[in-house]
Amino acid sequence: MTIKQKKELRSNLVGYSFLLPNFIGFLIFTFFPIIFSLLLGFTSWDGVNEIKFVGLNNFIHMAKDETFRISTFNTVYYTLGTVPLTLVCSLGLAVLLNSKIRGRNIFRTIFFFPYVASLVAVAVVWNMIFHPTMGPINSILSKIGIENLPGWTASTKWAMPTVILASIWKGMGYYMIIYLAALQGIPKYLYEVAELDGASKWKQFWHITRPMLTPATFFVSMMLTISCFKVFDLIFVMTNGGPGRATNVLVYHIYNQAFIHFKYGYSSAIALVLFAIVLIVTLIQFRMEKKWVSYM
Amino acid sequence: MGKLYVKQKQKDSINKIFLYILLIGISFTMIMPFLWMLSSSFKLDKDVFRYPIEWIPSNPHWENYALIWTRIPYLTFILNTFKLTIIITLLQLASSSFAAYAFAKLKFKGRDILFLAYVGTIAIPWQVYMVPQFIMMRGFGLVNTHMALIVLQAFSAFGVFMMRQFYMNVPNELLNAARIDGLNEYSIYSKIMLPLSTPAIATLTIFTYVFVWNDFMGPLIYLNSEKLKTIQLGLRMFIAEYSADYGLIMAASMISLIPVIILFISLQKFFIESVASTGIKG
Repeated sequence: MTIKQKKELRSNLVGYSFLLPNFIGFLIFTFFPIIFSLLLGFTSWDGVNEIKFVGLNNFIHMAKDETFRISTFNTVYYTLGTVPLTLVCSLGLAVLLNSKIRGRNIFRTIFFFPYVASLVAVAVVWNMIFHPTMGPINSILSKIGIENLPGWTASTKWAMPTVILASIWKGMGYYMIIYLAALQGIPKYLYEVAELDGASKWKQFWHITRPMLTPATFFVSMMLTISCFKVFDLIFVMTNGGPGRATNVLVYHIYNQAFIHFKYGYSSAIALVLFAIVLIVTLIQFRMEKKWVSYM
Repeated sequence: MGKLYVKQKQKDSINKIFLYILLIGISFTMIMPFLWMLSSSFKLDKDVFRYPIEWIPSNPHWENYALIWTRIPYLTFILNTFKLTIIITLLQLASSSFAAYAFAKLKFKGRDILFLAYVGTIAIPWQVYMVPQFIMMRGFGLVNTHMALIVLQAFSAFGVFMMRQFYMNVPNELLNAARIDGLNEYSIYSKIMLPLSTPAIATLTIFTYVFVWNDFMGPLIYLNSEKLKTIQLGLRMFIAEYSADYGLIMAASMISLIPVIILFISLQKFFIESVASTGIKG
């Protein structure tokens, strides 16, 4: 062995020794399960009897599974309801907070707090605020003379909008912070020049701020979309998927199939579909990126 | 000219007042649920929904805060959560920063491919492979143990990625100088990298702490016995069991928020900066 080879071997070993503790954990608890899930989706297994390979049966079954169809629809509904509104709200908050005002940090902290608050606590207080018969929201609505009071989480029509409202309220502070950081990265001279040219505030926003923020908007919309596809806690605590199946989402369906009905193979197949949807949506977003995202 | 200037000034201050009213209104929407939670936690069940809302109860029922501990083993849940949070955060810091050093500053065979595998798994939602993971863990006999959550959450690809981003910014000249001085990589890591990376370590600590403290689905899947449950499961159990005892539920919810409120308020500036920077770097 030459000295050079010896040196290379040594540096390889040093590198591996640093990586090893994390890598073992990563391999066993993340990487294997991911590979395993690819296989499990093509089997039928109740966790006790033998695993049976069933080919595409799980996927054929899915086509007939009404709950699957409803929960796919609900997941898309939730995502489409949450993403655009959160984008608009968090951008609006960021623009408001980006002006020179007193107490900026206090506002920032208040808007951000719901994001770190525990979901169970938040969900229970939301359920109480929107309580269909006793909650303060409906009390106020009936005071101002609205007769057909919305049933919120108790009604099939209103349950999803209520959950969406809660999720926007909880998440917008987080995305606001990302927008704020991006806003602070826009060079001031652009606005100074525009000001000299007599551009109105709105024109400045539309022609400078909006295009300069497209990378942040791209990032935020990606993160948001992925987080919407895996919504579970909020649904589980606020509505339990109901009433009926009105808020039954994909992850909730996966959870039920696996941990309530012990259909491990079928639930893994649904998980694969979820993954495919996330992957496709992400790829589409990356494709579209070139069309509307401008980097400096 | 002077008149126009005054007019402009007036317009500016009107705008400013309008802006403040708007911001205060939004702030109220953001904290109102928490204030209502706090206020209700001192009320009897029959007064919680009384309208108009009595924000400061004239006759505060402190006993709500005493009762919750007797209704459910809340202290056990809190201790369990602290145990998990501390162990997982420490392990994740150690394993992530160690691996991140290798990915950022060392050359070895297969480094780039391995890193790609790490980054690739970040993009896959955990919910996609939680079922096979559960089956594996059952095979190891770890279901219904704290160990299950510890080993699952101690090794995070995200942690490695985040620490690596930070280490990449440390100049190589600094490390090379140390190498010439005869320091081996382990001493460079512990004597130079770790002390330099306090901001990154703090960021990862906050993220991990808040994540583990608030985690619901992990404990829901893995923990069945009462003596192992965490605060989020306990809270949910409490809601199911005492669904009409709103005052008590609110008191229990307040308690569950306190550690996060303390952490958040004491580190909020730092927390917010770290979200901003991780967000931008993606």
